[in-house]
Amino acid sequence: MRAPLGRYVVRRLLYALPTLLGVTLAVFLLVRLIPGDPARLIAGLLASDDEVQRLRVELGLDRPMPEQYARFLASVLAGNFGLSAVTRTPVIEEIGIRMRATLTLAVTSTALAVAAGLSAGVLAAAYHNTAVDYAVMMAALGGVSVPVFWLGIMLMLLFAVHLHWVPAGGSGTPAHLILPAVTLAAFSTAIVARMTRGSLLETLNLDFVRTARAKGIGEGAVIIRHALRNALIPVVTVVGLQFGTLLGGAVLTETTFAWPGLGRLLVSAITARDYPVIQGIVIVFAAMFVVVNLVTDLLYVAVDPRIRYG
Amino acid sequence: MSPSTRASDTDKGVRSTIPSAGRSAWDRLRRRRTAAAGLVVLGMLLASSLAAPLLMGDPDDVDFAAVLQSPSPAHPLGTDQLGRDLLTRVIYGGRISFLIGALAVLLALAAGIPVGVISGYAGGTVDLLVQRGVDLLLAFPGFLLALTLIAVLGVGVTNVVVSVAVAAIPVYVRLVRGATLVIREQTYIEAARALGAGDRAIILRHVLPNCLTPVIVQSTLQLGAAILTAAGLGFLGLGVRPPTPEWGTMLGEGQTYLLSYWFIATFPGLAIFLVVMAFNLVGDGLRDALDPRAGARG
Repeated sequence: MRAPLGRYVVRRLLYALPTLLGVTLAVFLLVRLIPGDPARLIAGLLASDDEVQRLRVELGLDRPMPEQYARFLASVLAGNFGLSAVTRTPVIEEIGIRMRATLTLAVTSTALAVAAGLSAGVLAAAYHNTAVDYAVMMAALGGVSVPVFWLGIMLMLLFAVHLHWVPAGGSGTPAHLILPAVTLAAFSTAIVARMTRGSLLETLNLDFVRTARAKGIGEGAVIIRHALRNALIPVVTVVGLQFGTLLGGAVLTETTFAWPGLGRLLVSAITARDYPVIQGIVIVFAAMFVVVNLVTDLLYVAVDPRIRYG
Repeated sequence: MSPSTRASDTDKGVRSTIPSAGRSAWDRLRRRRTAAAGLVVLGMLLASSLAAPLLMGDPDDVDFAAVLQSPSPAHPLGTDQLGRDLLTRVIYGGRISFLIGALAVLLALAAGIPVGVISGYAGGTVDLLVQRGVDLLLAFPGFLLALTLIAVLGVGVTNVVVSVAVAAIPVYVRLVRGATLVIREQTYIEAARALGAGDRAIILRHVLPNCLTPVIVQSTLQLGAAILTAAGLGFLGLGVRPPTPEWGTMLGEGQTYLLSYWFIATFPGLAIFLVVMAFNLVGDGLRDALDPRAGARG
């Protein structure tokens, strides 16, 4: 079955391209929807009339729309997002500096969410309809309902302001990462826990699990060695879909903890009406999300032998 | 498949009976204790928001003789940096949050349902185009989409409503299109068509009413999500303009005073948490009550 899998991968890759193109078109059009002179917007409030005029010609803003988009797309593909209207440094450099912090936060939170969510979900399923199950489900309800920025502030109050265990904000040491990562992981942990529990409970009713039980294998081994492997398949998809929520949450979490990532840069760019930076970060975030979904889809096929890549 | 639509088989035995009427669905909803608790919390918060002008003073009443006071009998939740009573502001904040949530969901419904029905019913090129548009919107993580729209439109209540609504539209288009695709193939639609019913009549009389259940369940959950998104925008200083008492905005302002005055940021956040949790409880309960086949998760 190697050949069809290869074909599926190529097809799925090709399918992601129009979406990415669409993202650039949407961002291009959005910024041009803003009332006022785009050259003035991109140049920033501090620019002189001469500078604005030079930028207008340079960016081709006096040209027809389709040509403008073609130029825009060409420069985005070349990694050129223009200059920040505020700092005058290339947007791609600012993004590069902040990208690391956001990726560190997002990857740590995802790892936390998978580890904690899987454990909690397995526990809830193993002790179905007991106090353990109810406690996990209540905690999960809390996790999907709590505003991420408020959770961050409450954790900060408790662990940084009162107990002094960890710093309240900023970055630099691994200790700085703990609170933001835990805060950001809360929602995804809850979703992974619910999914694992539901999926595991379904799997535990299947014939092959009954066979394993009939062979006299202990319940713990049945769950860990037999059922969990199968139950994991839908969990993989959920982790991928979660990544979008995680990126949105990262904007709020980074602002709460003064974490120097892309999200915080985006918020300050919006406040300063720095459109080149906004444009660049939104495209990068959307591209990250599209790529993660692509990887998830491919992983899903790799994990589940039952799926036909049709 | 989203986690919220995933069924666990465990309660199927208990729930194999088919719901006969709205009345029994209502009974089932009330019988689920968690959903009932959610309803009670929601009812109380909604009632206090509506009655705010009768119960409380002016939320913008500044008192420089009473700034940053800890909770006390005179000010049960304390006062903020301008000496405004926090309990009054939190209760008034409910008005803004419920209003934004309701308007955003209504707007998303008004756009999402017709597009979803047409996409699913017409099929072909129309469906293909709509689905590519939905894919495009879904390529932006939800909160990020709302944030980007705010960057373009600017802050303020109306723009928050529009941004939050646009981010929710693809959810409804997907949901209604899916339901329409299933209903379109049913025998009774064929029968209606054989009896001479036109597309318009079939959509209005058969397709739309049958989409109602998933739409109601989704809207309940979506109300909580909309309030959460709007509060997030407010927290970033990109939502409702101060001094309007909005929970997220109050929380954002309160963070400045966090080191010495914990209560300013704590109570508005607790209010958001309670409302969103209540909507989630009622939404989950509604799903179980209206659609027993979906099984129970809680």
